[in-house]
Amino acid sequence: MTERDEIIALANRLRWEVGGNFHDSLMESLYKEASEIVKKTVRKKGGEFAFSLDRKIDKIVTNKWTGFPIMFILLALVFWITVQGANYPSELLSGLLVGDLYGFLKSAFISLNIPGWITGLVVDGGYLAMAWVISVMLPPMAIFFPLFTLLEDFGYLPRVAFNMDSLFRKVGAHGKQALTMSMGFGCNAAGVVATRIIDSPRERLIAIITNNFSLCNGRWPTQILIATIFIGSLVPAHLAGLVSAGAVVGIAVLGIVFSLVTSWFLSKTILKGEASTFNLELPPYRPPRILQTLYTSFIDRTLIVLWRAVVFAFPAGLVIWSISNITIEGVSLADYFINYTDPFAMLVGLNGIILLAYVVAIPANEIVIPTILMLTVTHFGLQISGAQAGVMFETGSMEVTKQILEAGGWTVLTGINLMLFSLLHNPCSTTLFTIYKETGSLKWTVISALLPIAMGFTVCFLVTQLWLLL
Amino acid sequence: MNKVVPDCENCPVHNVNNLIKLGIDMSSYDYVIALAGNPNTGKSTVFNALTGLHQHTGNWPGKTVTRAEGGFEFNSHKYKIVDLPGTYSLLSISTDEEVARNFILFGQPDVTVIVVDATRLERNLNLVLQVFEITDRAVVCLNLIDEAERNGIEIDVRTLSKELGVPVVPTVAREKKGITELLKYIDEVATGKYVCKPRRIKKRDKKLRQAIEVLKYKLNKVFPDLPNLEWVALRLLEGDQEIIKAVKSGEIGKILQSSATSINRESYSGEIKQ
Repeated sequence: MTERDEIIALANRLRWEVGGNFHDSLMESLYKEASEIVKKTVRKKGGEFAFSLDRKIDKIVTNKWTGFPIMFILLALVFWITVQGANYPSELLSGLLVGDLYGFLKSAFISLNIPGWITGLVVDGGYLAMAWVISVMLPPMAIFFPLFTLLEDFGYLPRVAFNMDSLFRKVGAHGKQALTMSMGFGCNAAGVVATRIIDSPRERLIAIITNNFSLCNGRWPTQILIATIFIGSLVPAHLAGLVSAGAVVGIAVLGIVFSLVTSWFLSKTILKGEASTFNLELPPYRPPRILQTLYTSFIDRTLIVLWRAVVFAFPAGLVIWSISNITIEGVSLADYFINYTDPFAMLVGLNGIILLAYVVAIPANEIVIPTILMLTVTHFGLQISGAQAGVMFETGSMEVTKQILEAGGWTVLTGINLMLFSLLHNPCSTTLFTIYKETGSLKWTVISALLPIAMGFTVCFLVTQLWLLL
Repeated sequence: MNKVVPDCENCPVHNVNNLIKLGIDMSSYDYVIALAGNPNTGKSTVFNALTGLHQHTGNWPGKTVTRAEGGFEFNSHKYKIVDLPGTYSLLSISTDEEVARNFILFGQPDVTVIVVDATRLERNLNLVLQVFEITDRAVVCLNLIDEAERNGIEIDVRTLSKELGVPVVPTVAREKKGITELLKYIDEVATGKYVCKPRRIKKRDKKLRQAIEVLKYKLNKVFPDLPNLEWVALRLLEGDQEIIKAVKSGEIGKILQSSATSINRESYSGEIKQ
């Protein structure tokens, strides 16, 4: 026995002699000293309770009956402002980047006698993918993130967690999962990192696997666009905006439901266990500092997320152009894939083009819609001026997008299924990499990738079959 | 084999090796500051105010899950500052608490700034007193003093400072109020101009006192350079697995080696003053 082991043995013996409750008595003296100090140094003026206004607000926003409706209304309001506000700057940016700058680059490449395939690859592929991502993503992000950050600064997020806590506990997950889920609404990779606030490894894994059900920023534009085209057009024009926003909120809420159901499933099967308790402190409400919030949310969130998208969009653009232009016996690689997967895709109410788009968009969900449009046009040989094989183009108005999709055989059902599949499919590669880094396990990373895909196909299949029956 | 690190007269950082081990790049800094405190007291806001960085802040507890680092210069001293995750205590160990405790204990920062919420002083003092058990050099940043005032809470800062034995600086970090004062005290504590006498908890229980003394004696024989014997003895008695592991492997001697040099340095700076 070394001297060091002796120390441990001695400590173990002494622990028995001292008795088991000395930890408690230590804590007691800690509290005692703290309260002695406070008695000597702190004075309260007046008889009124501190934070009486906070309590009044909390009574309403964490109330059993009004808490959830207020949550949904706030969420809907944030989306509605985002949808309405992003439209115009989006058009402006795409006119600039996809219209003018694209034309300039293209003619510059041609006048410099650069070989056609390089021009195609770099300008029609890589550059256009980047340009699309910026014009589609930047405006909604620049509106959504600050709004969300304002709510966060004000102190609303812990109240959301407070409201949702009992739901998460009932399904065997940690109450703080409500917080990491909210972070996931911005970016799933960020949400996965945020799960570090959950101590129990079991509950943390549940939070990591289900974070993907929070619609991330890369998927909002897809949801908003498809909802506007296929759902909004079902109702009179003056209601379209409201109904579209409602449909997007519906998908987001559905995501929360899936998150709860999956958590329940996991905690009853492969991640069995009890929910642990925790203290959640409701911080005081603080008036948000508007200007600073705008600045930091732009730097911290918008630019970082945008940069990532741009970095991934360029190589994805190269891939899109390549698979549309490399042919074997006169048929492009893209067409091979589409023709091969179409029968299966039809079964789940999607089509081969959508599946291919989701393969290409593994690095960044943001480029799903442009990829679908481009592939639809080339696959069906549609005559739309300016469109050529492998070019991701900006369709000036929603109407054109709708026409292209309808020419590709899309119906309202396809739209609904795409919205569902956009919610339920594998996380993007960044999130997967983050999951791998955080869990250090290939097994959990693979489960996090495959589980949502399986759910996506199942849900789309059921919806399609039900729809066809009715 | 423990290699004694010689006290380098040219570099004031006494514990460079441990900090490098914790992943801190110390190549161009004179002092290291740790920023500790309860969740949601505004640590990250204080961090931003000190460094001019824009760490994301949010009004919810548990926002900072990893260490954030930054630097600033004050009084021609270069400071590295590390923003630790918020914790309520250093005793029950969860991941974020471990990050904070290990850093304060093993990293031995030159100054630990404890950010406390002025509106919830009593609960925040629990952590302050626990930090005092591990470190000698601390500054208490009494943040959110404006919120306290709005809610009719009056705090006698001078008495509080006397009771705690360390500088107490009232601040409103959101509006950058009190930050210069805070910097001044950080600098004074780091350079040894201000000598802290942090209040330690009295252990009244006689049996416990004896047990601690016995363990301290034993520990001192095996690890003569170990600072804070009392704290280590207490943790052993409580059955803290990490500390037990560190004692078993002898790692604790290496980790806390720096203390000897830290004492040297104190006497060194004392000489200068004379």
